[in-house]
Amino acid sequence: MTDTIALPNSLRSQPDANGHFGAFGGRYVAETLMPLILELEKVYRAAKADPAFDEEFAELLRTYVGRPNPLYYAGRLTEALRAKAAPGKGAKIYLKREELNHTGAHKINNCIGQALLARRMGKKKVIAETGAGQHGVATATVAALFGMECKIFMGAKDVERQKPNVFRMKLLGAEVVPVHSGSATLKDSMNDALRHWVSNVHDTFYIIGTAAGPHPYPELVRDFQSVIGKETRAQMLEAEGRLPDMLIAPVGGGSNAIGLFHPFLDDPEVAMIGVEAAGEGLDRKHAASLAGGVSGILHGNRTYLLQDEDGQITEAHSISAGLDYPGIGPEHSWLHEIGRVKYMPIKDDEALTSFQTLSKLEGIIPALESAHAVAAAEQIAPTLDADRIIVVNLSGRGDKDIFTVADALGVEM
Amino acid sequence: MTADRLSTHFAACRAQGRAALITFVTAGDPDVAATPAILDALVEGGADIIELGMPFTDPMADGPAIELANLRSLGSGTKTKDIFALAADFRARHPDTPLILMGYANPMLVRGSDWFADQCKAAGVDGVICVDTPPEEDAEIGPALRAAGVHLVRLATPTTDAARLPAVLNGASGFLYHVAVAGITGKQQAAQTSIEMAVARLKAATDLPIAVGFGVRTPDQAAAIGRVADGVVVGSAIVDIVGSHGDAAAPFVRQFVASLSGALTRTQETAA
Repeated sequence: MTDTIALPNSLRSQPDANGHFGAFGGRYVAETLMPLILELEKVYRAAKADPAFDEEFAELLRTYVGRPNPLYYAGRLTEALRAKAAPGKGAKIYLKREELNHTGAHKINNCIGQALLARRMGKKKVIAETGAGQHGVATATVAALFGMECKIFMGAKDVERQKPNVFRMKLLGAEVVPVHSGSATLKDSMNDALRHWVSNVHDTFYIIGTAAGPHPYPELVRDFQSVIGKETRAQMLEAEGRLPDMLIAPVGGGSNAIGLFHPFLDDPEVAMIGVEAAGEGLDRKHAASLAGGVSGILHGNRTYLLQDEDGQITEAHSISAGLDYPGIGPEHSWLHEIGRVKYMPIKDDEALTSFQTLSKLEGIIPALESAHAVAAAEQIAPTLDADRIIVVNLSGRGDKDIFTVADALGVEM
Repeated sequence: MTADRLSTHFAACRAQGRAALITFVTAGDPDVAATPAILDALVEGGADIIELGMPFTDPMADGPAIELANLRSLGSGTKTKDIFALAADFRARHPDTPLILMGYANPMLVRGSDWFADQCKAAGVDGVICVDTPPEEDAEIGPALRAAGVHLVRLATPTTDAARLPAVLNGASGFLYHVAVAGITGKQQAAQTSIEMAVARLKAATDLPIAVGFGVRTPDQAAAIGRVADGVVVGSAIVDIVGSHGDAAAPFVRQFVASLSGALTRTQETAA
């Protein structure tokens, strides 16, 4: 009951042999990287077929990460929304507590999986890109755990706005490399990580932080993050005796969202909402690549991108450094085009409000990324009948964002 | 293909017992108005084949020199239509010099591969190098270029092993570009012995001319590579000159390129 089998015609059987999700995905990298990416795919196939790999992954998730984390019924939030809804309206809201994972976000699930792959490939050095620092901290953590040398590429602007995480990475023994090129945010840190990788491909493993990049990354990141959806499924069946009616998750690259959604893709009764960062609004600066972008090629995959008519990548904006990226994972682009998942834009100010609402009502300070999903739930829940059930993925905790939020609220710290 | 300028040029260089000099600059660097004089300077300095870089906001396979050139170009407002206008203008003034467009997939394919291939054909572009499109994704760009009679030049690298080489060669045309270092443009220099071994390995596998690039910065290096390869590519060193001198760069570019082509000619004399 905790999982379903992917059938040949299943929505869960993507990508194809060449790494394509419909028209998206693929492997658009320099020739230097191709042999390594092909080897990674081979190693991943072997690991997937090896019960020992799965056992070690599951054991580390249990004893090191702290899984399974709870599925929590947010009663105070639910009641507050019902109070404002029409009679008989106001869906029940559950929170999947990824913020309770070691290091404070879902990112650690994927990092453990990729570090195990790096070890299988004999690589002693790992690199990663990071925006908000959650993935950087998770990578630095697994590098310490596995005794690997670690370099984290981070946009100079993000180094400035995420100081606590920068310090954490250094404490964990990682070198943080500030990236000054371009917009000095997440996309530029990915460019520089790729530059470093192409120059050190013989001994370095690139731990990509989201379900994007060249095949097989979108697939393996999704698989490692699918623990979120598998647990949610079992926990919901136990709590309510049935599947939820709707799943809501924030989407930057979209690894936490695809991890929650994937085990439910073949259950048509479960609706899914991915929440994109609409920044200052879709007609102004934003990071909503599905609502405001078109199909293109960047960072190794074909996907929806913010770009101009000449294919130049335009700057993304979000109050959340983790969502400040002009692209999205290719599986999301495909799920958007076939209509299986709906994507909804939420603005900076809406996320800020929900950041405070959840803190006050539930005693949980969410990451700004997660606050986008909470904001969407606050808008949707009152329109649904009271017997409906929504699960919101609380992808990370908000400690890292208190400076950004204080700044936005005009509070001096 | 009506007149294959690439094969004609490689054959002519081979007849002279020397490698072809292939030079790279970024289109629109520092601005579109300055580019024709810089392209002329490459030809006057003795370049046999011209690579014209299409600027991209995110040139993740390039080092700082070419990245900065990309940003200078885009910062001055270079558009894709300007690049094709530059190419057509070059073709009108230099009917025989092969011209290759080099860049990243997104600017090339944003209007579709057929549109891009048609523009290349109309502007007299002889070949295309798409850095981030490996043979596995050939369908994105290869068929359209081949239908338009434009070469898709493939890259081989130090990581391209014997098992992978046939995949790289399948659909390759014009010449094979050996990226001498596993890295980004403009940085390290490869050891001469590793270049010689790579070229020998590639020559055993294909009849295509082999050009070697990445990290070639001096006449001496060019000459050394010219003894074994069919072509030598120099990019970042020229782009640096454009970066230092801006729209007054043409005479400095001409002088530097002349020193490179002179070194390749002397190779012929010593070899003869």
